[in-house]
Amino acid sequence: MSETSAAERGLFATFRRARGDFSLELDLELPAHGTTVLFGPSGAGKTTLLRCVAGLERPQMARIGLGDAVFQDDARALFVPTHRRPLGYVFQDDALFPHLNVRENVAFGMRRVRPQLRRVAWEPTIELLGLGPLLDRRITELSGGERKRVGLGRALLTSPELLLLDEPLSGLDRPARRAVLDYLLEVRARWEIPMIYVSHALDELLRLADHLVLLDAGRVVDAGPVLDVTARAASFPGLEGQHGALLVASLVEHDPGAGLSRLEFLGGALWVPQVARSLGSIVRVWVRASDVSIWLEAPGRSSALNVLLARIVKVEAAGPYQTLVEAEVGLAPGRLFRALITKRSAVELGLQATQQVFLQLKTVALLTD
Amino acid sequence: MRHHSPLRLPLPSGRALNSSDGLAVWLTLELASVTTALLLLLGTPLAWWLARTQSRFRSVVGAIVALPLVLPPTVLGFYLLLFWGPRGLGGQLSRVLHLRPLPFSFAGLVVASLICSLPFVVQPLSSAIRALGRGPLEAAATLRLGPVQSFFWVALPLLRSSFLTAGLLGFAHTVGEFGVVLMLGGNIPGQTRVLSIALFEHVEALDYTAAHALALGLVLFSFVTLLGWGRLHERNLGS
Repeated sequence: MSETSAAERGLFATFRRARGDFSLELDLELPAHGTTVLFGPSGAGKTTLLRCVAGLERPQMARIGLGDAVFQDDARALFVPTHRRPLGYVFQDDALFPHLNVRENVAFGMRRVRPQLRRVAWEPTIELLGLGPLLDRRITELSGGERKRVGLGRALLTSPELLLLDEPLSGLDRPARRAVLDYLLEVRARWEIPMIYVSHALDELLRLADHLVLLDAGRVVDAGPVLDVTARAASFPGLEGQHGALLVASLVEHDPGAGLSRLEFLGGALWVPQVARSLGSIVRVWVRASDVSIWLEAPGRSSALNVLLARIVKVEAAGPYQTLVEAEVGLAPGRLFRALITKRSAVELGLQATQQVFLQLKTVALLTD
Repeated sequence: MRHHSPLRLPLPSGRALNSSDGLAVWLTLELASVTTALLLLLGTPLAWWLARTQSRFRSVVGAIVALPLVLPPTVLGFYLLLFWGPRGLGGQLSRVLHLRPLPFSFAGLVVASLICSLPFVVQPLSSAIRALGRGPLEAAATLRLGPVQSFFWVALPLLRSSFLTAGLLGFAHTVGEFGVVLMLGGNIPGQTRVLSIALFEHVEALDYTAAHALALGLVLFSFVTLLGWGRLHERNLGS
């Protein structure tokens, strides 16, 4: 299969998988670029979907493939076994080989890939993942984060056309999670390998996802670009009450004296605590709805750093005593922000769609550091 | 597999062992080695199937494999003798195919030992394969290894100590087997007169010196083997 066709068509998967009470029924088509996060509560079928794509499980009535390559097509009785699929798989429990050291583990799959097909080379992988000092260690001597890096390197070095990651941060403490996530972002930037990433953690989703698939009880609840799906997903299991807005912005100014950085997005700008990145970097921020308050007039002199002029798009109840206000900043269709306020305030202010208001942001959660 | 020339083995107290005992020891080692090799070869796929299959015949096959654990070996020997006897199905089949009759031959002992020692090889292997899980082999598959390569590069090294255990148990059990040999093998020097039979014969003849030499030799051999295995096992676990 050529790279270009994979880049155009991406992954497609239509199948049914029933086992006991659980059934997974899907008809998915994913883009060939960037990272798709499969998000959902445990038992939603995320891992099963990944295993079916990899051929570790064999669903019924399936048609699964990547680009021009078809992995399984039951209409033609076609099933390509796992070891003939050009995929990389990072397991939740690492599944490293305990009888081999780090070097042998990492080189394990690469040896079976013909040299002319190795797009991911040894040195840059070892360097980028910081595996050099670990190469002669035994697997039992590695920390959790190091094990993840070995598993990632091992999968990468097979030069996969699609990388499948099954909750690769599970079982790690916070600093290790953050470190491994940074490695992942660098891997993605360096090789542009499309990824499907299974997760049930909001921070991973917000930092990594370009596309988002919400999976619950074996069904796709929503799928699409992450900015769109997160904006309408606050009732989804695992995201309940997580009202907010994801923003992709570029870093345009540092103010070291004030310890602040300025981010620009289409239609506006924000001040955030200083970001240790070079100007021009793309960063993601998550603005929680509970951190946004609404003013009918410009707040005037205030301690708030960020006040944005916005136009209300939607006002809806969120529970018995609260109201969720969706407002867009910039020319329509602008960037969506969301504010969670008391129902009483919403009534007193008489908020309604198309109304012009000011949004004051108390804090902005930076997802990039 | 026939030894007509007497073989003298250098054994601890050469005085007490006559040449026919040396032959019996040699024959026993030969029988146990051949049996163990065949058991590992045949037992591995069987153990694999038992560990992994969803088939409803699994429990039936498992019970059949385990039968020699609980049955008196003489029962097995008796039925094997009938089966291969001139009127048995096996006996008639070998006559039609112009094969040498199995009872009272070395080949017959090998087949009987295979059946008797099967559970000692299959059960440890099967539980080790079950404990290994699918994880390592699935990981190998995502790293482009086909099933055969996965077996040799991943399963075999990871199951190394279990194979050693299974082989040792199979070997030791074959060395110690008596009942089935008695029923099926008889007492032909160089062909079926193995250690346990020779020992029995010495005791019957009240030749306790010769009996001691064989018995003590067997005890020492077993002890040293187990000790060596234990050491090896500890090292595997420790590493």
